[in-house]
Amino acid sequence: IVAEIEKKITEAFEVFDRESNKTVDVREIGCIIRSLGCFPNEAEVQELLAQVNMEVEEQGGFIHLEQFLPVMTKVLLERRFWPIPEDVILHAFEALDENKCGYITKEDLVKHLTEE
Amino acid sequence: AFKAAVLIQQWYRRYVARLEMRRRCTWRIFQSIEYACEQDQIKLHNFFSYLMDQFTPSSSKERDFISRMFISGESYKEAELEKCCDYESIEVPDSYTGPRLSFPLLPDHATALLEAFQQKQQLHARYVLNLLHETRKHLKQLPNISHVSTCYSEEVTVCGAPWGNLSLLTSTCSLLLQNGLPSPSKSYVFNGDFVDRGKQSLEILIILFAFLLIYPKEVHLNRGNHEDHIVNLRYGFTKEVMQKYKVHGKKILRMFQNVFCWLPLATLIDQKVLIIHGGISDTTDLNMLEKIQRDKFISVLRMKKKKESSRKPEIQAINGESKSDTEAAGNEAAPRLSLQPQSAQAPSTANRLEFSRWLRQTVQDQIDTCRRLVDISESEPEELTYSSMVSLKDVDEPCWTYQEEWKQILDILWSDPMPQEGCRENKVRGGGCYFGPDVTEKFLEKYSLQFLIRSHECKQEGYEFCHNRKVLTIFSASNYYEIGSNRGAYVKLGPDLIPHFVQYQANKTAHMLTMTQRQGIPVARISRVEESAFRALREKLFAHTSALISAFKAYDGDNTGRITLSNWATAVESVLRLGLPWRMLRPQLVRSTEDGMLEYKSWLDDLAMEQRSREHIQSSLLEVIYRNRSNLETIFRIIDRDHSGLISFEEFQQTWKLFSSHMNIELTDDGIDDLVRSIDFNKDGNIDFNEFLEAFRLVKQCP
Repeated sequence: IVAEIEKKITEAFEVFDRESNKTVDVREIGCIIRSLGCFPNEAEVQELLAQVNMEVEEQGGFIHLEQFLPVMTKVLLERRFWPIPEDVILHAFEALDENKCGYITKEDLVKHLTEE
Repeated sequence: AFKAAVLIQQWYRRYVARLEMRRRCTWRIFQSIEYACEQDQIKLHNFFSYLMDQFTPSSSKERDFISRMFISGESYKEAELEKCCDYESIEVPDSYTGPRLSFPLLPDHATALLEAFQQKQQLHARYVLNLLHETRKHLKQLPNISHVSTCYSEEVTVCGAPWGNLSLLTSTCSLLLQNGLPSPSKSYVFNGDFVDRGKQSLEILIILFAFLLIYPKEVHLNRGNHEDHIVNLRYGFTKEVMQKYKVHGKKILRMFQNVFCWLPLATLIDQKVLIIHGGISDTTDLNMLEKIQRDKFISVLRMKKKKESSRKPEIQAINGESKSDTEAAGNEAAPRLSLQPQSAQAPSTANRLEFSRWLRQTVQDQIDTCRRLVDISESEPEELTYSSMVSLKDVDEPCWTYQEEWKQILDILWSDPMPQEGCRENKVRGGGCYFGPDVTEKFLEKYSLQFLIRSHECKQEGYEFCHNRKVLTIFSASNYYEIGSNRGAYVKLGPDLIPHFVQYQANKTAHMLTMTQRQGIPVARISRVEESAFRALREKLFAHTSALISAFKAYDGDNTGRITLSNWATAVESVLRLGLPWRMLRPQLVRSTEDGMLEYKSWLDDLAMEQRSREHIQSSLLEVIYRNRSNLETIFRIIDRDHSGLISFEEFQQTWKLFSSHMNIELTDDGIDDLVRSIDFNKDGNIDFNEFLEAFRLVKQCP
């Protein structure tokens, strides 16, 4: 099973690997992690990145597959950042919908999301 | 509430990430299929080499048949061409409502042409030939490498071919309106590949040549790898011309062939920026490029080895052995000259000794002729007839072999940059090479250049830098693979030679290209592109059904009919070799799985049902057709010398036999009969191969 997971991670990694040299831009890591099925928030992505980067010093904005693989494998095995079930999201929307009218306007949504 | 916001944010980010992943996967699919398509070219080469080297024709008929494939695209003598291009004699009926051109062309003519094409009108053959004639006249006087200076034109715009799936008028108008018409202060360089994409290649060329003639100093064209006879045969330009011009099509095609080989090879801006279509190699030599007679190379893809001498006393290439013979004669100049028909009769059999002796003799004659010419007249190289092709200068300088020159042009038109250092053969495309950053560095240094601009590869954002920003790829056809697949871009350079990019993506609903900033891509667009990509992929899978079954069985030791999804992915990659992320793509390709296992037989059956199949044809035969269809089409077109779309039944059978013996396929005579019977014969023993290919849905052009 670990082998299978590793293959999956490698594949996802390679899709973003522009120069076919086993590195991706650090800004794409969030995308890769999420497309593998995880739901980290930004802070968690940064945490993960720190873990990956801890192995080597200055990577200069690039993440190497070798460092990424073991960390990500653990994440998938432990089912960390697992997707939130739909009803929870529904609750989330309801919580923002103060007037209980069944919708929120774009402005409201933007306001809330950028308030972080 | 805060928590809620965070949750939504998370969810949304994931959604966007998935979209991005889908987009990239789709991109990968298209790219790998496109390159695999170009790989077919190699297979075609192998087929021809096989015919030349190993196949012993069992009858004179077969030998005739094969040699017909090899008699090279003729290079035309002036006289012949004049006859060909005799547009004066073509009458234009009064009923013709399309644009009428008179030369010299004026901007109004261009407008008239654009409008006419928008209305789906066709330019009369007479004007097409006239236009081509004038274009050729203009191109002939241009050097191999055009020079542009930002002192005169303040701004140079470089585009790859800006046309893809869209309407010609939309693209052209948009480009010119957004950027401005060519003028002394605004030059344009179009970097090759004007044809073979979409059904309007002809109109595109007409417009392009019209602009070239209207603004001769401001518009520059570079030859691309598609401005090539053989490539046109494969990719559809030939067909397009023949369909649109039934009477004069052949003449028009010949003229195009000739005009293409007169297109300049490169453009140099301020002696600092080199623009070529493909790339460079570690042997690219600008001096050689400047001096080559570029019109000798009608097709850079023509088979280079020829053991059978052609009936016509022309030499397109020299076989390895006879080259050494001529070298022994001490004349490197030998292979470069084309020979006049009256000077010698080529031996009709491939008696190598006789052949090389004859070669040496005729070559010597040519050299003597040239020497005489040098004595007589010091200037007017134009006066030299087409057939005495050595220019006066070159007689004194070291002459390069045909092979060397040929390689120079091939590399320029077909090479691709790669991230690794070095320079290796470009096996994917079947021509040119992959060149690394070190090659670029050395080249730029050698000629004191700042950077290279090239096209040849589709880039998602329309442009891309590599090799430390020393190589810029510019690709101007947005929606190249499919509506929504990619942006197009063009680059503008001012005297500071700093590139400014303009990106765009054509919007199907709008009539103008919309210039957009980096935006999120609407989901609908992704799905459409995705669908297209997956359809193509499923077809490829189907084409390899038997190989896939064997691969699956290898993992299914107990013969349960099922394999794990993991093994599925490995097996598929080992067969197709497309380098795709199969595990990511699996949900789209495999519908139903039980407990992580796949019943492969029924999966393959499902795939088969999607392709329209003919039950009474051997299924293995069907697979073969699908797998090799683009090659088959090309071969048919080569055989069909008069471009009529018909080949005789015998030719058809012979083609099949040759092909199947090369591919080591078991093909019973019954199998061929079934195949043939399923096609409608329309004319007494002739097969309309377009119908044949249509019947098996083989006419789809490779992207």
